[in-house]
Amino acid sequence: MRSSIPAFGITDMQKPSESTAFIPPPPSRGLRLLLLLWNDKFAFAGAMFVLMVVLFAIFGPWLLGDVATKMNLRARNMEPFTLEKGWLFILGADALGRSILARIMVAGQNTMAVATTAVFAAMIIGGTFGLMAGFIGGWFGNVVMRLADMIMSFPSLLIAMIVLYMLEPRVENLIIVLGITRMPIYMRTARAEVLEIRERLFVSAARVMGASNWRIIGRHIAPIVLPTLTTIAALDFAFVMLVESALSFLGIGIQPPDITWGLMVSQGKNYLQTAWWLSFFPGLAIMLTALSLNLLSNWVRIALDPVQRWRLEV
Amino acid sequence: MGTYLIRRAFHSFLSLAGLLILVFFLARLTGDPTNLYLPLDATLEARQEFTEKHGFNDPIYVQFGRYLVQLAQGDLGDSLMKARPAIDVVLEAFWVTLSLAAVVIPIALIGSVVVGALAAYKPGGAFDRIGTIAALLGASAPDFWVAITGIIIFSLTLGWLPTSGYEGHLVYWIMPVTVLLIRPFGLLVQVARGSMLSVFSSAFVKTARAKGVKERSVIFIHALRNAMLPVITVAGDQAAGILNGAVIVETIFGWPGVGKLMIDSIFNRDFAVLQTSILVTAVAIFTVNIAIDIAYAFLDPRIRHN
Repeated sequence: MRSSIPAFGITDMQKPSESTAFIPPPPSRGLRLLLLLWNDKFAFAGAMFVLMVVLFAIFGPWLLGDVATKMNLRARNMEPFTLEKGWLFILGADALGRSILARIMVAGQNTMAVATTAVFAAMIIGGTFGLMAGFIGGWFGNVVMRLADMIMSFPSLLIAMIVLYMLEPRVENLIIVLGITRMPIYMRTARAEVLEIRERLFVSAARVMGASNWRIIGRHIAPIVLPTLTTIAALDFAFVMLVESALSFLGIGIQPPDITWGLMVSQGKNYLQTAWWLSFFPGLAIMLTALSLNLLSNWVRIALDPVQRWRLEV
Repeated sequence: MGTYLIRRAFHSFLSLAGLLILVFFLARLTGDPTNLYLPLDATLEARQEFTEKHGFNDPIYVQFGRYLVQLAQGDLGDSLMKARPAIDVVLEAFWVTLSLAAVVIPIALIGSVVVGALAAYKPGGAFDRIGTIAALLGASAPDFWVAITGIIIFSLTLGWLPTSGYEGHLVYWIMPVTVLLIRPFGLLVQVARGSMLSVFSSAFVKTARAKGVKERSVIFIHALRNAMLPVITVAGDQAAGILNGAVIVETIFGWPGVGKLMIDSIFNRDFAVLQTSILVTAVAIFTVNIAIDIAYAFLDPRIRHN
């Protein structure tokens, strides 16, 4: 009984495809999205830049780690845009004669790692709390919402500064603080969506069939909420990157000898009068990366929204 | 409106109480101010006198209890650094920050609404494209880098503006205000544009045009008033951010604002000043939020806060 139906189905379905074999199959979903991306030149440029930064973040320290830390006192504060010391010194050298370009490529790793971990942790933990708050409600929901209000009513930079100074500025603490300050938005969004979804028919159906609360949340509700949370995370990433840079700039983020872009800007601050390129180029790297991320996440938001996608296709 | 205000105040009070408790205990974990304020060779008696005078020898929960009692009596304690009532020190700094915010937020609000409305008027047009890219650039620029680049160009190379300082003269205001403007402006243009786009396609705008209302009043009266709600929300967020201390700008340009005061008070273990700054800014932000809610009701009479 069970095997007979698919058998008919397959033979029926194969017939038309055989007769139209010379027509190329419609492009897959991934390819269609790539074509859409190619159509929007700004978003495409952003995507390429982000890809480049990610590649440098992964392979940079491995390829250029030695060059980035090698001092060369004869190249101290060397001017940019000359090739006499090789292409690595095209952006000049810092106060100890280290190549700025190599250092920018290597420093991207810390910035990216902190931002990725913090945003991911905030999304998972905040999202889970929000899901539970919306589904269980009651006093638990209230506590979660008050907590979100409390974190949100003070700007993340300030909380981060107070806590980091008091706890000791280490990478782990930086990630924890940034993660906590970004959590409320996921809590609120997840809760708001769950409040609406849990009243729908398929949730009642699952409950009638005897599914546990955990199964309903994990299996039926979370998959609907996840795309919204991912979109927020994409937008959040650039913001967290900027906050991390600001903290490192103020000297309570990542500490030397580790480097991040914000720290490089801060170190170059003392040489503004003699060597402007020390702080200019790392800051430019921050801005271009944040800009690319913003362009890309704007595009993703439209491309993943079936109601708005036509805007990209015309 | 009355019960609504009370409920809002209660919620804000809860958040504030939580934060104050957190800061009270965290601050005292950083160490004993005695070592910071007395010279290395201070005698044991001098040290004891200092700790007893400021109550640092008591267990931390006793200190906390005393803080609560003083708070209830309206006494916020004295600044260790300046040996003056903490509230005076904080209010002086807060005034500086408030004056910055009072210049930045209105410019950002009005400018971004005009740019956003014009961009949304012809979506995809030249103005829209340039405006959108500029707004994205503004929202992506790290403020400390903009400040430093500004100093390199306008102070060190061209010599037009002072590198830092805070006096009444206009030239001291140009760079801090511009740097503070960039991000709110970039964000607000995006919000205003999106919000105007959706309002332009709604029925009442078509009706107004069909009635023969002048195009200018369609844009700036019919459409704008309805598109303002999300813009005001984001502007309020940004205003709260500046009121809490434009830390970066105040540090780079040497403005004695409340953000710089908070950082200094953390570094100097000046607990009373830190707690008082948080209290004062929290009250200011509460006021901003209430003002925004009233603005909602004013812009859209359907909104009633019950």
